[in-house]
Amino acid sequence: MGSSEMCRDLAGEVEKLLKTSNSYLRKKAALCAVHVIRKVPELMEMFLPATKNLLSEKNHGVLHTSVVLLTEMCERSPDMLAHFRKLVPQLVRILKNLIMSGYSPEHDVSGISDPFLQVRILRLLRILGKSDDDSSEAMNDILAQVATNTETSKNVGNAILYETVLTIMDIKSESGLRVLAINILGRFLLNNDKNIRYVALTSLLKTVQTDHNAVQRHRSTIVDCLKDLDVSIKRRAMELSFALVNGNNIRGMMKELLYFLDSCDPEFKADCASGVFLAAEKYAPSKRWHIDTIMRVLTTAGSYVRDDSVPNLIQLITNSVEMHAYTVQRLYKALLDDISQQPLVQVASWCIGEYGDLLVSGQCEEEEPIQVTEDEVLDVLEGLLVSNLSTPVTRGYSLTAIMKLSTRFSSVNRIKKVVSIYGSSIDVELQQRAVEYNALFKKYDHMRPALLERMPIMEKSTTNGPTEIVQTNGETEPSVVEPKHPPPVTQPNQVRTVLISETHINTIPPMTAYNKNGLKIDFTFERANPNPNIAVITIHASNSTEADMTDFVFQAAVPKTFQLQLLSPSSNVVPALNQGTVTQVIRVLNPQKQQLRMRIKLTYTLKGSPVQDLAEVNNFPPQSWQ
Amino acid sequence: MMRFLLLFSRQGKLRLQKWFTPISEREKKKIIRDMTSMVLARQPRSCNFLHWKDLKIIYKRYASLYFCLAIENQENELLALEVIHRYVELLDKYFGNVCELDIIFNFEKAYFILDEFLMGGEIQETSKQMVNRSIEASDMLQEDDNSDWYEVELFG
Repeated sequence: MGSSEMCRDLAGEVEKLLKTSNSYLRKKAALCAVHVIRKVPELMEMFLPATKNLLSEKNHGVLHTSVVLLTEMCERSPDMLAHFRKLVPQLVRILKNLIMSGYSPEHDVSGISDPFLQVRILRLLRILGKSDDDSSEAMNDILAQVATNTETSKNVGNAILYETVLTIMDIKSESGLRVLAINILGRFLLNNDKNIRYVALTSLLKTVQTDHNAVQRHRSTIVDCLKDLDVSIKRRAMELSFALVNGNNIRGMMKELLYFLDSCDPEFKADCASGVFLAAEKYAPSKRWHIDTIMRVLTTAGSYVRDDSVPNLIQLITNSVEMHAYTVQRLYKALLDDISQQPLVQVASWCIGEYGDLLVSGQCEEEEPIQVTEDEVLDVLEGLLVSNLSTPVTRGYSLTAIMKLSTRFSSVNRIKKVVSIYGSSIDVELQQRAVEYNALFKKYDHMRPALLERMPIMEKSTTNGPTEIVQTNGETEPSVVEPKHPPPVTQPNQVRTVLISETHINTIPPMTAYNKNGLKIDFTFERANPNPNIAVITIHASNSTEADMTDFVFQAAVPKTFQLQLLSPSSNVVPALNQGTVTQVIRVLNPQKQQLRMRIKLTYTLKGSPVQDLAEVNNFPPQSWQ
Repeated sequence: MMRFLLLFSRQGKLRLQKWFTPISEREKKKIIRDMTSMVLARQPRSCNFLHWKDLKIIYKRYASLYFCLAIENQENELLALEVIHRYVELLDKYFGNVCELDIIFNFEKAYFILDEFLMGGEIQETSKQMVNRSIEASDMLQEDDNSDWYEVELFG
């Protein structure tokens, strides 16, 4: 097939041939022109004069190739598109003749005259009518006619109907026509032929955004397609089902989808599981239902769940405060059954670590409380540590859970023993954690309750990455790296605001801590729950200069009677001209209720040169430390 | 537009190949390998459409031959099935009850017919009779040629 140089040279010849009287040649010339335009779009204008008479052809072959040529021109150039809009009535007439005309043996396929040409014309009409009201109106009648009169018993008829539906969806058709189109698709869905069902599902997927209600009517058929044997149909049906889930049908749909999850092939499970989580999050009718659904997914498809769903789930569980006891109980029971599915085990061990006291005290309202002793719980967690089925990540989770239980359970000695054993574990991660926890027992026992208290309720998309206690300026104790709160998998760095939910907002007024050289740092306060000695401060750094401040690092130090914990910042670029802020959370433990003072150190790069500044903050409002 | 058309047997032997875009030999071989393995692996009752890279693959089995057509994403798949069927009908009309052997022994005729029906990735002629007439005309030219030769030799 010709290269672009060849096309340039021969374009003139082709154009001449387009006008010859021999229809055989004209047909070939038209297709050559199509190829030329594809290779060298600039030559399009050359063929414009020749196209004037193209549509008045009698010969179907030439007519067909001419329509292809026109389609190609319209697709490539919006000017051509506008130019050819006036051809719409002519096209409509040709199409009408095709449908109305009697039997023509030359072009007939199973009773339909020249389906190839019909489809091509429909496609050109689609392109011409796309954003144009007038053209679309002119087409409405003929489209309705094609849609109702075409025979659907054979594939040919369905091919034409399919193209018609696509055209109706794309142009600015009236709503009656659209409903007709969706009904046709619904009929396709009931067809025995797999191809037709596949095509219908694909088109419905495209239209579900715009005509949601109409598609909902066919929901039950779509859900039935989930049970089809064909892989492609199942996939399409699954995608479409997720698109159709809404607040009203969530319970029914979820039942079907969970059933599908149980029985589908492994390649679907990951996508299905994530889809289920998303849908459940958006439309869950009640917290209990939500947690039940999650449990169901974890137990049936646990090993296919994506890694980042574990932190999402944990965050969800912490948010549903009243369900903690119920959740931890169910998770514990699930653990007893099966410890091979890693995400399930990770979530379960985290929950047991957090809410172990609720589990042991048997406080569950929603279900029959089970009688569990502390030793049994510790047995299970230790079992996870030694089991071959657990990955290193899971072991990390369970070790941390055991540690957390040291503040909630009374059998501290057992826990101390476990932790010290793992101080010499081969796995570096485990060893590090065990050594830190050991140190916590020995040297920092007074800090242990504060560090291991309940996690506060997290807002969506916060990181739970490693936290640092930065103590500069005159501290002689080595800085202790805070034991990492699970999950070790950190989420992307978009920490927005602070951890606490609305019930804990106090009326401590915010203050400006620092304002120099265009950098302004504001402090806002919340009180941490349940420990009233901890003040949670969020810094908001904004930049009013014209350039961004990059590599922004905020450090803080407090007097020896306090303890400071600094969480990761939202980012280290402060955008210029106050377009955004960097936020970071500071937790200050103030057991002696002394007046809060803080020294801050700021480093950033502005316009290529590094800037460093120290400042002291003394204007804390009294409510923040009393 | 259509990108390529392949015909292969149940054992994976390629009988016809038509490419509508310029592709290197290596690419062609790779595509042929991919297509044969994908299509032959399909269950008997599954649907005839596949996705491969950014193309839709339409395949249909006629007796022992698989017809595999690759179209771009915005094309109509059901129509592609019709294209395949139309080509089979043309072959059938020309050879009379066409079978795989006909295509093996007269592959150049099969290519001629294809070239009269499809060109540059688009349908060229929608009328069965026109295509047949063109093929018959070119056949006649061949025969005429032969007889001229013979005459020249006789009077040589």
